Amino acid sequence: MADIMLKVENLVKRFGGLVATDSFSMDVIQGEIHAIIGPNGAGKTTLIHQLSGLLNSDSGTIQFDGKEISHLSAPKRCHAGMVRSYQITSIFKDFSVLDNVAMSIQAREGHSFRFWDDAGKDADLSEKAMKILNETSLQDKAGILADNLAHGEQRQLEVAMALATSPKMLLLDEPMAGMGPEESSTVTKFLNSMKVNYTMLLIEHDMDAVFALADRITVLVYGKAIACGTPEEIRSNKEVRAAYLGDG
Amino acid sequence: MSIQFLKTPRGIYNSLLILLCVFMPIIAPLIGQEFYTDVVARVMIVTIAAISLNFIMGYGGMISFGHAIFVGIGGYSVGILASHGIESAYIQWPVGILMSGLFALIIGAISLRTRGVYFIMITLAFAQMMYFLSVSVEKYGSDDGLTIDARSDFGLSFFDLNDAMTMYYTAFMLMVGCLYLNFRIVNSRFGRVLRAGKSNNERMATIGYPTFRYKLVAFVIAGMMCGLSGLLSANFEDFVSPDLLFWTFSGELIFMVVLGGMGTIMGPLGGAMIFLFLTEILSNITEAWHLIFGPFLILVVLFARGGVEGFLKKYEDPNG
Repeated sequence: MADIMLKVENLVKRFGGLVATDSFSMDVIQGEIHAIIGPNGAGKTTLIHQLSGLLNSDSGTIQFDGKEISHLSAPKRCHAGMVRSYQITSIFKDFSVLDNVAMSIQAREGHSFRFWDDAGKDADLSEKAMKILNETSLQDKAGILADNLAHGEQRQLEVAMALATSPKMLLLDEPMAGMGPEESSTVTKFLNSMKVNYTMLLIEHDMDAVFALADRITVLVYGKAIACGTPEEIRSNKEVRAAYLGDG
Repeated sequence: MSIQFLKTPRGIYNSLLILLCVFMPIIAPLIGQEFYTDVVARVMIVTIAAISLNFIMGYGGMISFGHAIFVGIGGYSVGILASHGIESAYIQWPVGILMSGLFALIIGAISLRTRGVYFIMITLAFAQMMYFLSVSVEKYGSDDGLTIDARSDFGLSFFDLNDAMTMYYTAFMLMVGCLYLNFRIVNSRFGRVLRAGKSNNERMATIGYPTFRYKLVAFVIAGMMCGLSGLLSANFEDFVSPDLLFWTFSGELIFMVVLGGMGTIMGPLGGAMIFLFLTEILSNITEAWHLIFGPFLILVVLFARGGVEGFLKKYEDPNG
């Protein structure tokens, strides 16, 4: 019996008259890569904001690791073990690559009301950050200003920062956004290699990547989950083909 | 800081600023401009307020347009207590600093819920409220200000603020202390949270930081430091007035920080020094000195974005 890591039930978000998330339900099993796909405007971004705690839901429940988290703030959800990455690269551009990751490490080590000692000389902090950089193949870039990284590397750093919070589950918001086929296949490999250690909920536009990576796929249309299953099941699902893949 | 740094243009410039502060009481009589000592004393006092503003604005991205309120609260704490005959520094100084901190806590708790231009407007509104309060309370001088009969009394024969040199070097030591404190804090774990929050606040929340808390604590630290500047100002001038709280003074503080170099350790000192000396010199040349000063401010903002520090840094490393 596989453990359920994340269980979302009847989640709703309205913006005025628009129902962006419409009684959305799904679950993520520990150890799987679960992908959410959907056409533009399906409500993917709203959903990830709701899951990560940046948007309050109007109704519904989110259970994570056996606990109800829908009333927790974003930082508390992160401490509970669910961390997100961003579609539009969201890093600290004027910090070095190492320091970007160190910020995540520092966050998980209790409060930061430490006013005196130089954090840059904190060997423990940089050692742990370096370990994450090794895991994400960014070790050679440690001293570089994050702003000066190539686009693909910034995407990797984006994920590295999420990993450094020691999450139980990663919410990946379009990790392949804005990448060419070559870069995107590198990231696909990279995510595949992390699969052993992390449960992932992947929101992604790149269909090749989704079908290569995901154990299960949920299809989101107009805020509703219209289908959920293995990549083969989704490929052959008539409703999905009609609604999304564009042929009936 | 290494010896190597002292040989760079920035190192030389900053060393000169410090040396100027240390030796002005000796230099000024030699060049026959004795009032320069007073100008530098004012520079050092206002530098403390500028360090405080730079701490939250340059490092934390919180553009407080009402920062003068804390100078005013520190100043009036001395003035009001003195007018009631309470002259002990051991009461006046803790009261001044704690009141500034308390007001910062209240103002911060409300205004830090907003961002950008709304934050600017709310901090400005609080300062103006306090300004009008100070103008309207007749008991404490209203718009004529409040003359302080005696400086804060430390009860020590060898440490008396009525002695000009003691006053001067007290301001100097406290300024250096604030520079060092700021240096330690911005490089600490707390300082990193502050700086990263300026860079990307939402990301800070999603990697697990309750950012509001950190900003509020920074705001309170800044408020208390700025209150200290007010305490010193009241003692140095033997006088406090609503001008200390007026919005133009808050604006001048912002300008000093920008001029010196936002988000740099020594920027506030350079900014305050240049600002006050230019004001002093230009107003001696012509009554219409604002006509020269105004365009100067515009040029600095247009062409020296990083202030003097940024300009010198570029000079050291054209690619940097």
